[in-house]
Amino acid sequence: MIHCGIDVGSRSIKLVFVEEAATGLAVRARHILFPGELDLADAATQAYTDGLSATGIDAAQVATVMATGAFRKLVDCADDDVTEVSSAARGAAFVCPVARTVIEVGAEEVRVVKNDAAGHALDFSANDKCASGAGSFAESMARALQLSLADFGAAAMRSTTVIPMNARCTVFAESEVVSLIHAATPVEDIARSVIDALAGRVAAMARRIGGDGATDAVLIGGMVNNPAFVRALRESPGVGCLHLPEFPEYVGALGAALIAAERNRSHEHA
Amino acid sequence: MSMLENDKDYWRWQESCWIDERRDWRTARIVSAGIDIGSVSSQAVVCVDGELYGYHSMRTGGSSPDSARKVIDALLARSGMAIENLHYLVGTGYGRINIPFAHKTLTEIACHARGANYMAGPSVRTLLDMGGQDCKVIRCDERGKVERFLMNDKCAAGTGRGMEVIADLLKIPVVELGERSFAIDAEPPAVSSICVVFARSEALGLIKAGYTKNKVIAAYCQAMAERVVSLIKRIGVEQEFFITGGIAKNSGVVKRIERLLGVESIHTKYDSQIAGALGAALFGHTLMQKQTKES
Repeated sequence: MIHCGIDVGSRSIKLVFVEEAATGLAVRARHILFPGELDLADAATQAYTDGLSATGIDAAQVATVMATGAFRKLVDCADDDVTEVSSAARGAAFVCPVARTVIEVGAEEVRVVKNDAAGHALDFSANDKCASGAGSFAESMARALQLSLADFGAAAMRSTTVIPMNARCTVFAESEVVSLIHAATPVEDIARSVIDALAGRVAAMARRIGGDGATDAVLIGGMVNNPAFVRALRESPGVGCLHLPEFPEYVGALGAALIAAERNRSHEHA
Repeated sequence: MSMLENDKDYWRWQESCWIDERRDWRTARIVSAGIDIGSVSSQAVVCVDGELYGYHSMRTGGSSPDSARKVIDALLARSGMAIENLHYLVGTGYGRINIPFAHKTLTEIACHARGANYMAGPSVRTLLDMGGQDCKVIRCDERGKVERFLMNDKCAAGTGRGMEVIADLLKIPVVELGERSFAIDAEPPAVSSICVVFARSEALGLIKAGYTKNKVIAAYCQAMAERVVSLIKRIGVEQEFFITGGIAKNSGVVKRIERLLGVESIHTKYDSQIAGALGAALFGHTLMQKQTKES
């Protein structure tokens, strides 16, 4: 029996199919779609259809589709939905069982979840009012520097000078970056300044939820692919041993699929 | 629309320069100047014997000293003055510490209150300054002296920069936003996001959902007005009420603020962006008077 988790975020739609195997639940396939200008409801339907055909799974094999993510209510093909907090906690416990703190940095959302060994969220904090600290912060600054996100991260790794960033707001930080460019500041140092500021915001949230940082933490979301961000976060006070999973963008979708499977199982037992 | 060939130009607002031809700086006892280097715009004002003589307003460039030099030079050139003709120059604004030729620097809070007192008269008690990267509410007395103030400089919501982002996003010149925000069939609710980054996503969603651009602008102006009004209410609005800064030129925001507060704001013939520099020039006049008396 297969269950699908579909995570509809502001930049991308992620799908994970999990299957009941002899050893328990296992990931069968993953799929991602960037909707661009597409209507998100249409994009979600398309992502699901594409996901099935790309992975060779027959729709009839899929017992449950569980939606999560900021736009989870827009998924027509979903049987049910779970919050991003629940799916992140569950998915993180699967990919990194030792971590009690889950740090998620998405395009527009930052979230820190404290979870138990079974992947149940005990507490969380999220940036519902302000985009500062989210991935789009890095994205706008990379755009201002005319660098791809990958080159942006690589540039920051080469920096040797620490420049503190004053602005907290993404919009203001963009002006600050422009001023730094005008002042002929090396691109590497600007990139590092941006990434350090971002990590500082995320770490502050982690401290609020995770406490002193004595517990293991796992970082999920696309920023895992940015080595400078990971370095800065690891060096921040309040962040304990930071684990990096494989396929960090899919952890939310995975969590939704796992929750679907577990609910299904408990229904059968009932 | 030829000036809008480039995509980046939607945010562009009008730079302005004005000289009072009836006055003559050559016969004045004291010529004082104020320069306000803001994060988005810079202004220079010259006063002769404590009266407004001329101003220039332009976009702030990459470096504060260069912007200061450029804005004052433009004004001096218009009036045939050299920088040596200025007896006293006061710098203010976010970039004030980087004006090498200023005799003194003062905070923009004090300067705005003083400038507003001149522009709108001594009855002004509540001043809202909507700047490029901050928003201040100032309570002042009949001499333009600051009694209390509140400021948001952490977040682009409710600032000129936030408005520029929306202009770029919708590809509508920033100067048209106010008028367009009233060209709608029915007033929409405010966009729900405070953050400009989130509002950007929300605006795209509204367009997809069938909102006209004008209606999105209306929803955004309303959100900005609500945000600013919550700041004003923390100090309380005592009349007269006056709005300065670039957004004072956006009727879409101004009228919605007035509607929410139930209070009309004072309108003047002056460019609303010069208050800080004007206040600085007026302080310069007072300081020069003191200096002359002492010597």
